[in-house]
Amino acid sequence: MDAMHTSERIPLFPRLAAAPLTVLPLYPIQVVLDRFAKQVGKTHPKMFRRMREHAHARFELDPTDLPFLIQIEPRGGTPSVRLTRSAQPCDARIAGPMAALLGMVHGAYDGDALFFSRDLVIEGDTAAVLALRNAIDAAEIDLTGELAQAAGPARVMIERLSEYVEKRTGVALTRHEEAEHW
Amino acid sequence: MEIVCPAGTPAALRAAVKAGAHTVYCGFADETNARNFPGLNFDRDEMEESIALAHDYGAKVLIAINTYPRAGAEGIWHQAIADAERFGADAVILADIGLLDHAARHHPGLRRHLSVQAAAANADAINFYGREFGVKRVVLPRVLSVPEIAAINAETEVETEVFVFGGLCVMAEGRCSLSSYATGKSPNMNGVCSPASHVAYHETAGRLDAQLGGYTIHRVGAGEPAPYPTLCKGCFSAGDKTGHLFEDPVSLNAEALMPALQKAGVTALKIEGRQRSASYVSQVVRNFRMAVDALDQGRPMPEGMLARLSEGQAMTAGAYKKTWR
Repeated sequence: MDAMHTSERIPLFPRLAAAPLTVLPLYPIQVVLDRFAKQVGKTHPKMFRRMREHAHARFELDPTDLPFLIQIEPRGGTPSVRLTRSAQPCDARIAGPMAALLGMVHGAYDGDALFFSRDLVIEGDTAAVLALRNAIDAAEIDLTGELAQAAGPARVMIERLSEYVEKRTGVALTRHEEAEHW
Repeated sequence: MEIVCPAGTPAALRAAVKAGAHTVYCGFADETNARNFPGLNFDRDEMEESIALAHDYGAKVLIAINTYPRAGAEGIWHQAIADAERFGADAVILADIGLLDHAARHHPGLRRHLSVQAAAANADAINFYGREFGVKRVVLPRVLSVPEIAAINAETEVETEVFVFGGLCVMAEGRCSLSSYATGKSPNMNGVCSPASHVAYHETAGRLDAQLGGYTIHRVGAGEPAPYPTLCKGCFSAGDKTGHLFEDPVSLNAEALMPALQKAGVTALKIEGRQRSASYVSQVVRNFRMAVDALDQGRPMPEGMLARLSEGQAMTAGAYKKTWR
């Protein structure tokens, strides 16, 4: 998957798999995501300092292939996550396939390239979006790594599951460093 | 030839040196550098650590302090130069004459490069900076053809560095006030061209509008690339004509001209893009390093390998190959 630049095929969440999410309650997922976000907040305090005044903005992430919206408030380092079915008041909205959003976090996609190719739509406070994008890029977050670390004995299982899903779907679930230095 | 690579964050700097950058340029997170964007750049601790890391990899770090100091606030810029020297930077990139004079007097051991913001575009101007302020290298504005660059190199001992890849600015840098007209802020004074706080995008039924300071500066239909948020690349209508008044929205790719630039006596090739992600920087640098090594070793350059790294829009060889409309 090499999508630094132009619009290439970005994997979409399968409709059949997304369908149950239209009726399943979002609250249990929200609780897990909120706890996870707070853990990421603890391990990456610099990310919020980098965002400066924008660390108190309200972001709405719209994974366009999933039937819910993710409301994120960084709150200066103790982030909160809410899942909603409809748009909420926010400072900035970022919309695109879930794989694009995850790929951007893990460095598989370049944010500018996704935006110019219109795989990503940005509305609202552009400065806040830019601050968030740059802060995430600087933090070099690895969501699978963070999850595995919190999972205790289930760590290996999570890493293997992530590797399997990544191979099958092409979605960047972890950060891949270049193995070889120049 | 030396490749000079961008880094907007410590992560990008790390990616650049691991990918084979000879030199990395970056800036402090304030108005002293011309890429003063939200979430970008280095605080003091990050700069010190990043310079040490780059040196461990055998790479140099240049710190861009290339905006023009505000009257009464020169201390911010003076402190930036002092900190650059204290952290072991290999050079500072400056534009303002007063700042160059300050650096030459108070930090004589710190190598000085002339920023593209100074717009020194002929040998007389460059030699003046070399003679008066001990400038060792000049970043040439993107208005010169290859023969013009060769002519400059024939008349100066100051090293020349030229942009070869990435975004393009309109005409002579350092003299552009377009952003100021719409937002009150400019790259020369505040370090921000088209500040993000004044940029807005609105999508309606597939149509995407780019606005700067409340003015719509470009509108594209469904399926077209998103427009740049800068006035210079805006699309305007006057009478019965609609077009890009100042500049087409293209990015620079002078890859094919690298042998000619080497022959013209260019010392360093600069890649634009401090605002791009670490992974993008890694890819661009790795590809450029391969191209430069091939060139230095007399091997044929891999053809078109950099083309796919453009911003997804059209590319140009810029002024290096002048073909006026």
